[in-house]
Amino acid sequence: MARFEDHLAAQQRANTDEKSGISRRGFLIGSVAGSAMLAFGVSGASLAAATSNKASASETLSDGAFEPTMWYAIGTDGTITIHITKAEMGQHVATSLARLVIEELEADLASVEIVYVDSDPKWGYMITGGSWSVNHSYQPLSQAGAAGRIALIEAGARQMGVSVESCKARQGRVISGEQSLGYGEIVAAGLERSFTEDELAAIELKPASERRVLGTKGNALDVPPKTNGQAVYGIDYTLPAEVEARVGKTLHARPVLPPSRFGCKVTAVDDSEASKVIGYRQTIELKDPSGMCQGWLAVIADNFSAAMRATDLLKVEWSKGDSYHIDEAAIQAEGQRLVSTPSRDNGSLMVDQGDPSALIEGAATTVESTFTTSSVLHFTLEPANALAYEEEGQWHVHCGNQQQSLLIPLVAKALEVEDGKITHHQLYLGGGFGRRLHGDYAVPAALAAKALGRPVKMIFTRPDDSRFDCVRSPSVQRVRSGLDADGRVVASEHAAAAGWPTAALMPSFLAEAVEGGGKLDSFSISGADHWYNVGTQRVWAQQNKTAHEAFVPGYLRSVAPGWTLWAVEQHIDELALAAKQDPAEFRLSLLDAEGRNAGKSPVSTGGAERLRTVLKRVMEKSGWSERDSLPEDTGMGVALSFGQERSMPTWVACVARVKVDRATGEVKIEKLTSVVDAGTLAHPDGAMAQLEGSLLWGVSMALHEGTEYRDGGPVAQNLGAYQPLRMHQVPKMDLEFIDSTEMPVGLGEPGTTVVAPALANAIQHAVGVRLRDLPMRPAKLKAALTEI
Amino acid sequence: MANFTLNGKSVSLEVDPQTPLLWVLREHLGLTGTKFGCGIAQCGACTVHLNGTAARTCVLPVLAAEGGDIVTIEGLAENDDHPLQQAWVEEQVPQCGYCQSGQIMQAANFLKHTPNPTDEQITAAMAGNLCRCMAYVRIHRAVKRAADMVGQQAEATAQMSGQQTEASAATAGVGSFDPGAGVSVARTATEESSHGKV
Repeated sequence: MARFEDHLAAQQRANTDEKSGISRRGFLIGSVAGSAMLAFGVSGASLAAATSNKASASETLSDGAFEPTMWYAIGTDGTITIHITKAEMGQHVATSLARLVIEELEADLASVEIVYVDSDPKWGYMITGGSWSVNHSYQPLSQAGAAGRIALIEAGARQMGVSVESCKARQGRVISGEQSLGYGEIVAAGLERSFTEDELAAIELKPASERRVLGTKGNALDVPPKTNGQAVYGIDYTLPAEVEARVGKTLHARPVLPPSRFGCKVTAVDDSEASKVIGYRQTIELKDPSGMCQGWLAVIADNFSAAMRATDLLKVEWSKGDSYHIDEAAIQAEGQRLVSTPSRDNGSLMVDQGDPSALIEGAATTVESTFTTSSVLHFTLEPANALAYEEEGQWHVHCGNQQQSLLIPLVAKALEVEDGKITHHQLYLGGGFGRRLHGDYAVPAALAAKALGRPVKMIFTRPDDSRFDCVRSPSVQRVRSGLDADGRVVASEHAAAAGWPTAALMPSFLAEAVEGGGKLDSFSISGADHWYNVGTQRVWAQQNKTAHEAFVPGYLRSVAPGWTLWAVEQHIDELALAAKQDPAEFRLSLLDAEGRNAGKSPVSTGGAERLRTVLKRVMEKSGWSERDSLPEDTGMGVALSFGQERSMPTWVACVARVKVDRATGEVKIEKLTSVVDAGTLAHPDGAMAQLEGSLLWGVSMALHEGTEYRDGGPVAQNLGAYQPLRMHQVPKMDLEFIDSTEMPVGLGEPGTTVVAPALANAIQHAVGVRLRDLPMRPAKLKAALTEI
Repeated sequence: MANFTLNGKSVSLEVDPQTPLLWVLREHLGLTGTKFGCGIAQCGACTVHLNGTAARTCVLPVLAAEGGDIVTIEGLAENDDHPLQQAWVEEQVPQCGYCQSGQIMQAANFLKHTPNPTDEQITAAMAGNLCRCMAYVRIHRAVKRAADMVGQQAEATAQMSGQQTEASAATAGVGSFDPGAGVSVARTATEESSHGKV
């Protein structure tokens, strides 16, 4: 499948070709308002002019004809300001991206300042997800840094009257023998340079042995303000007084959500009790031409506290839409139907190496299982919120968001204005996890602001947030494989049915199916296209349209591998058992790194061989060799992950050691051991933080989270019923990254998906019971133990 | 009229006495470091100190804090250099950071009463504070580090020698977490919501 951003780049190139006949992407360095601006951009004529010296780079940059897609600036004091288009939501993305620039620029990390930019078409498609940021930014930001270094060395050499060859750059200075100049001094004298696309491509990045920044220890830039209450999240943002003087004082709102997501209409409103709350103003019905908010109201007050309390006292009646009656059981029944007879009516093939049916049916041994997962909430601790207002025809939306380029058209459609009339202003995100890849929560705030002609800040309470969540769809999967008489896997078929986030949120990004003609949501099936050699393989992605009738399926940390690996990694264990082999050794035998599993340079260099490496290492570290001599009711299980996509694999191995209490069905995790190869670590401490957090997310979703959809919403809506992992439930962990200088890949998500199958495999090893429904509740395990 | 001391200064303001203290701090006094998470005193993001005790402010009417002494994250230390704040930076605790004010306020109150805690005591004290990013490994380490800092000031080093290891031994490429075996914390809804009720 094509990478999301490759797809975007192709679209962008196509557009550029149409407009100007030039698809070149160049790099300009010039002086703008005293600082040196260093920018990439797609711009036909002006770039051609600049690079052929008809206009100076400075003129081109200053007159705005050159549309930079990303840039940084160097001030005369040496400060390096880096513009970050990505959302800061816990992954310390600005720190990692700054490190990419600084490495090649040979500057000092301490001189960096970060600006999280407002939305603008010039930045290209704005999205933070898929664990993509570092991987997708690696080449362009490294090139940007290198181009800056080359320009500074050339200019510095001229200024010092020495040869370029005698100069090197270190820590923000150009040095030639005893002489040196700071970058700020060079900038003050004027810096001018342009690189064509070919010149950029010819720049060689530093060899790994010359790295001074990537892979080194160092703090995250966003940590200090997160320890003293100074970090400003969307929910904290208030309009400056001078803005309110122009556009009016901000009104505060809480949404009133209808009984179900679709088809509800308000039939009666009684605010007689609500109006007794001091500060209550009014209740308005939101008319949404975009259809996002069906049967919504908003309670308006002088402050949010009053709006919140008044809403609790508001009496509203609705006519309920049909979707109110679709529950989790109905969704899963449809999923069962889809995976038992997968077809092109509901999806497509993601992997097709021929029809495995005959081989499976004729095999010496056949193993077949069905796996299910329940709805999961994002539960970002900062509940959904947005502040919206209009000034002179331009709409401004302030909130933390992961996909500005989706939020903007959603809000524009609701307000019935052009996309260009909406600007999104970024803030820190109190958790993203994929929830804020959707911009739906900005729509009711904007509608209320439009209706009232004043700025409106809308905050969802926790239950509001849960009910409006684009949950991780429940899923059903059927996996079957055949083994020959020697225990070799000859064929395998996997069918997965779930709601498809991409179909719901951004259908133009559905991927082409392998056989052509069909479409599928790669985000809802990835993981099933694993790196094991299982003979003739076929993978079906099925869209569960019943899920779409009840709710809007969302992207949740790692997305599909949250369910596909639950099936794949347990199925591999089932096959190992059937073949009477050790499950880790069995995996090694399937990871032959041949054919499509050989990997491709630079992103998946080594292919399945790198999965073998992390697996062997985790076996050593976890004491796998003692697996056959563990105490009673104690077991060890292994699972592997390659992250989300074959086109950007992060190689993960995890061993769980558990002890099962047969009386209660409780599972105690005695230890999690995980070994990861994520290539070069741009920011190793941040990488470790992501691994720690993602593995614990895995524990949380395996044992503690999960709910079901019923009566128009998720049953669990707050912490009484929905109970993510707490500190006392954190297991002992032993984690390691493989030293690597390969291309950096992603780390926000890969750890989340290995834990559940590793635990299930460990439980099976401990007590002989296999749990195939996620989450694994004690009651389910207890019941299963009673059955055997 | 509500009256109390906030971060060492007396405050008087006109506000509906039923307004939860959280929203008085955030909306009326502009101190947004204290966060809104669950609204039912179960996540701990809204934790401040009220009369020297950690209190959950999302369900605490401002009326109940009348005449009280309130300290928020903004007032925890003059230069944001409380040992916990230092430890939070040294251990690089926050990810999204949204829960961290509450975590730090909870830990500060805990360390005041338990200056030399065991690993199990740290876990028990912090188990009521949800971190959605699940940065628990580092929260635990940082509380321990801060306790060591304070302990070094207050007590003889000899007494510290029995303490367990070194979270900071973790290097960039290797991480480990072992908060001590057999920790069991009974976290009940009643216990938690009592934080916010008066």
